[in-house]
Amino acid sequence: MEPSTTNALLYLDGINVSFDGFRALNNLSFMVRSGEMRAIIGPNGAGKTTMMDVVTGKTRPDSGDVFFEGSHDLSKLDETEIATLGIGRKFQKPTVFDMHTVEDNVMLALRNDRRPRATVKWGTTADEDRRIDRILDTIRLAALRDRPAGSLAHGQKQWLEIGMLLAQEPKLLLVDEPVAGMTDVETRQTAELLKEINRDKTVIVVEHDMSFVRELGVRVTCLHEGSVIAEGTIDQVSSNERVIEVYLGR
Amino acid sequence: MIAPLTRILDRGAVIFLITLGILAVLIPLLNLAFPPTSPFYVPTYLVPLFGKYVCYALLALSIDLIWGYAGILSLGHGAFFALGGYAMGMYLMRQIGTRGVYANPILPDFMVFLNWPELPIYWYGFQHFAYAALMVLLVPGVLAFVFGWFAFRSRVTGVYLSIITQALTFALLLGFFRNNFGFGGNNGLTDFKDILGFNVQAQGTRAALFATSCVALGVGFLICRALVTSKFGKVLVAIRDAEARTRFLGYRAESYKLFAFTLSACMAGVAGALYVPQVGIINPSEFSPANSIEAVIWVAVGGRGTLTGAVIGAILVNYAKTTFTSGPLAPYWLFMLGGLFVAVTLLLPRGIVGTWRWWLEGRRAAASLASTKRAEPQAAE
Repeated sequence: MEPSTTNALLYLDGINVSFDGFRALNNLSFMVRSGEMRAIIGPNGAGKTTMMDVVTGKTRPDSGDVFFEGSHDLSKLDETEIATLGIGRKFQKPTVFDMHTVEDNVMLALRNDRRPRATVKWGTTADEDRRIDRILDTIRLAALRDRPAGSLAHGQKQWLEIGMLLAQEPKLLLVDEPVAGMTDVETRQTAELLKEINRDKTVIVVEHDMSFVRELGVRVTCLHEGSVIAEGTIDQVSSNERVIEVYLGR
Repeated sequence: MIAPLTRILDRGAVIFLITLGILAVLIPLLNLAFPPTSPFYVPTYLVPLFGKYVCYALLALSIDLIWGYAGILSLGHGAFFALGGYAMGMYLMRQIGTRGVYANPILPDFMVFLNWPELPIYWYGFQHFAYAALMVLLVPGVLAFVFGWFAFRSRVTGVYLSIITQALTFALLLGFFRNNFGFGGNNGLTDFKDILGFNVQAQGTRAALFATSCVALGVGFLICRALVTSKFGKVLVAIRDAEARTRFLGYRAESYKLFAFTLSACMAGVAGALYVPQVGIINPSEFSPANSIEAVIWVAVGGRGTLTGAVIGAILVNYAKTTFTSGPLAPYWLFMLGGLFVAVTLLLPRGIVGTWRWWLEGRRAAASLASTKRAEPQAAE
């Protein structure tokens, strides 16, 4: 299929990545439509994180096509260019800027001119303040805005990172294990937050927590040994023989 | 326009600048206006010594900008300092003219001695102060830009970057030692006579050079403060703490590092240029890797990422060096310097100023906690 003729926001076709002979991605193909939320599941080593690395430019595929919005060939761009196109990423391990305050973390993520000369400025504009306030309210960290991000609890850091994603105003969000290490209440709140974000953005969530994936109620793709083995609703996927065999267990 | 100023000039910065301003006026005044018999008199030999400390402080400041804020540990910053120094030295050499031993109006003595028929092209223009001053900024700046462009684009970071900066300064050391390089070989450039028409040895010139060094340090400090308090500075700190994350946010980390590194090299060049007329010589030993490492120690002692700490560290360590190397403890100075670095790393990892700020913040946090605790029971009633 000619990539420019697809209406997919993200289009991966025949992606291969090997590390020292280990095939992390093996002819991986799938696509995500604009406005969709997709959950990616699969056992450890299935290639979930490598897939994200390929999409965000951290890893170059050995072969295959990765297209964003039909026309941008992501395999030719670096992390910065891909981020500027509108792909945001939340890491498995929360990575926020520990020395900066919660507010500054969001401020640095705000969609803005990223060139050095544009950043030689002091303070924020009224419009930026409004955007920061709105995000801090969404992620429920407004009361902690002046705290160094390093002093936040684990779940709060996860949220701050989601807030930073929102501030980037990306078209596509890649969210890697957002509820790892969260309490049940936090997990439920995170599911709500992601659904809310999905109202106007495309989201790909990698997650191990099956009850969380069920709660999201979205289309699920299961990866195994670097390829897609099943795709469909959570019920379809979780009743698939292969998926039960390699991932869910009998 | 007011809001940026209050961010740049916090209390510590104002105190620092005022202290520097007072010193810039006071030391020349006490030297020039009082007779040697007066108890207030500052001996003439001390003025260039203090001036040397101020130049070292500017070098330390330039290292703190990249190491403290961008996480670039340059172990070769002495190279930029020395290049600035050589640019100034070349100007001073051209001013000697016929007063040299061989009385050649164009060629410096060492070129006559080596039987060079004419001035090499790269010495052209250095008889003009403005040209030399431009080169003081341009030579270190361009070298840092080219070096940084390759290093940062290839994503060389951490200890690997430190090692190649060492290699850079070592390569320059070997080059400048060679006579055919055209910079005076191992003797370097010395025996200066005039700067801008004033005798470099004269009391008044030395006082003026000291004051100029203080002004340069003040301007350098203001530039660094302005940069680190801006959004640019926050991006630098973000790169220092989580470079990959910053890239995924869409910031081109190498551009930020390259700008900071080049600016820092220019500052180091200015420091070297002011250093040379005050100590009266520049030779290849300034490129020695050990010098660059020593400068990093000053910053560590004062506290990295604090700016004022770099200045205080440079002055304290160098004052100690002057004191100890001129007494019976002289053979042990290097052991003390090494011991100092180990002690600071183990006992004061934040450095002097860093520890002071940390202590103040801890006290403030405790005080605010206590006041909320006091307020709470009343609110309950």
